[in-house]
Amino acid sequence: MDTQNSTTAPATKAGPSIGKRFTQFFVDVYDVFAFIARFFKEAFVPPYEFRELIKQTWEVGVRSLLLITVTGFIVGLIFTKQSRPSLLQFGATSWIPSLVSIALMRALAPLVTALISAGRVGSSIGAEIGSMRVTEQIDAMEVSGTHPFKYLVCIRTLATTISIPILAIYNGLIAMLGGYLNVAVNEGTSFSTYIQQFFQPLGFIDFESSLIKSTIFGFTIGIVGSYKGWNSSSGTAGVGKAANSAVVTAMFLVFIEEVIIVQITGWFR
Amino acid sequence: MEKQPQSIDYNEKVISIKGLTKSFGDYHVLRGIDLDLFRKENLVVLGRSGTGKSVLIKIISGLLKADSGTVNVLGNEVTTITPQDLQQLRTRIGFSFQNSALYDSMTVRKNLEFPLVRNQKSLKRKEINEMVERVLEAVGLGQTINQMPAELSGGQRKRIGIARTLILRPEIMLYDEPTAGLDPITSMEINNLINRVQERFNTSSIIITHDLTCAKTTGDRVAMLLDGQFQRQGTFDEVFEGDDVRVKQFYDYNFIN
Repeated sequence: MDTQNSTTAPATKAGPSIGKRFTQFFVDVYDVFAFIARFFKEAFVPPYEFRELIKQTWEVGVRSLLLITVTGFIVGLIFTKQSRPSLLQFGATSWIPSLVSIALMRALAPLVTALISAGRVGSSIGAEIGSMRVTEQIDAMEVSGTHPFKYLVCIRTLATTISIPILAIYNGLIAMLGGYLNVAVNEGTSFSTYIQQFFQPLGFIDFESSLIKSTIFGFTIGIVGSYKGWNSSSGTAGVGKAANSAVVTAMFLVFIEEVIIVQITGWFR
Repeated sequence: MEKQPQSIDYNEKVISIKGLTKSFGDYHVLRGIDLDLFRKENLVVLGRSGTGKSVLIKIISGLLKADSGTVNVLGNEVTTITPQDLQQLRTRIGFSFQNSALYDSMTVRKNLEFPLVRNQKSLKRKEINEMVERVLEAVGLGQTINQMPAELSGGQRKRIGIARTLILRPEIMLYDEPTAGLDPITSMEINNLINRVQERFNTSSIIITHDLTCAKTTGDRVAMLLDGQFQRQGTFDEVFEGDDVRVKQFYDYNFIN
């Protein structure tokens, strides 16, 4: 009897737990979609917060510039350096600029920018809104008849949606210069020839898809950071968790989106 | 120090609560609360930690939803109000938070301007400056106008928090633990400020506290929240003159001037 009881007990215990988790998963999914729907409902109706939007766009863009410059240059330089040996075997080093341009513009520049921004901007949005939540600052905005969702969530999400495509373009151009340094040192190629070879294989769809992709990445980073902060639990641990979760979730979603967008643009190419 | 009698209008209820209940999971916090607040009255809600005092004023301000019952605030039924009307109603209610809830990233001036410029868009810069200075002067902290919240003491933060709610000229003030974490002298300054606000701005207030000095100094009426219901209501002396052990216990563990 005892044995029977002990073997059946864990099974009954595990049942509701899985069921609860399953239900909670759908509740969470619903919450996320409700949050996104609220963004679209509130972001484009008055009152507008243009001054705050400019301030936040500046914060996201200009403050990330140094990091984007350094990483962009290094990515361009390293990618070119690592590609050389393979192409050298076929005597095709003159294709390096074309190879670099396709890799950078189609994938690396938007992806690297998004990942850096998820770490730098996503975490800071999660932490800032999270700490405002736990110190009742959001409640204070709410009870004073203002619109904290618009002021905090909509503005920050719009700021990342605007800034990150611009940063991605900038990152691509800086990476191009990194690649040129390697090509110039090894092949002695002139800058004008390099530029010509760099842009030759690129079509309008490459720029278009890159820009759309970066815009989606920007929106994802902003909305995920805001969502995690907005729903952070009380206490400093909750703030840390929100910041951390904002980075991990945004990075994961960026990779998923990358795969989907590459598939879709492949159909149009 | 006893509270001086005020000219309370007992014919006009600014808040009327009937049968209010609120639970968090299996924990029943409020179990059928009935409460009226009259025009220009300071009502102190006393009770131990976790008895639902803060939950009560959060329901009044629409931050939390009631499970059942009615909550009428300035003629608006908060339990069924539309978001737009709630937004409007909130400009007539001031909420002073326990931890002040000042916006960390803004100076004192910006903290005060934040609700003002968003609710009264027609104001000119000069008018905004005047209103900010006037309300800062009312709480006696004019010199802090360009300071950041992190540079202020606990008492100053409380006073700036109150100033931020006063800038919209609310008819009702809700104070959540106004003297929590403050030394006795600063607590007395806050108590005096609550009374000054009542006199100067003609506000009706609910003051949530477990500090009996605060209750005695600021309350025209005191209500004792026990087991999710108001067990005793009346003047400070009336509430504490009975034989209820729990009320007596509450009294004995406090220091009264």
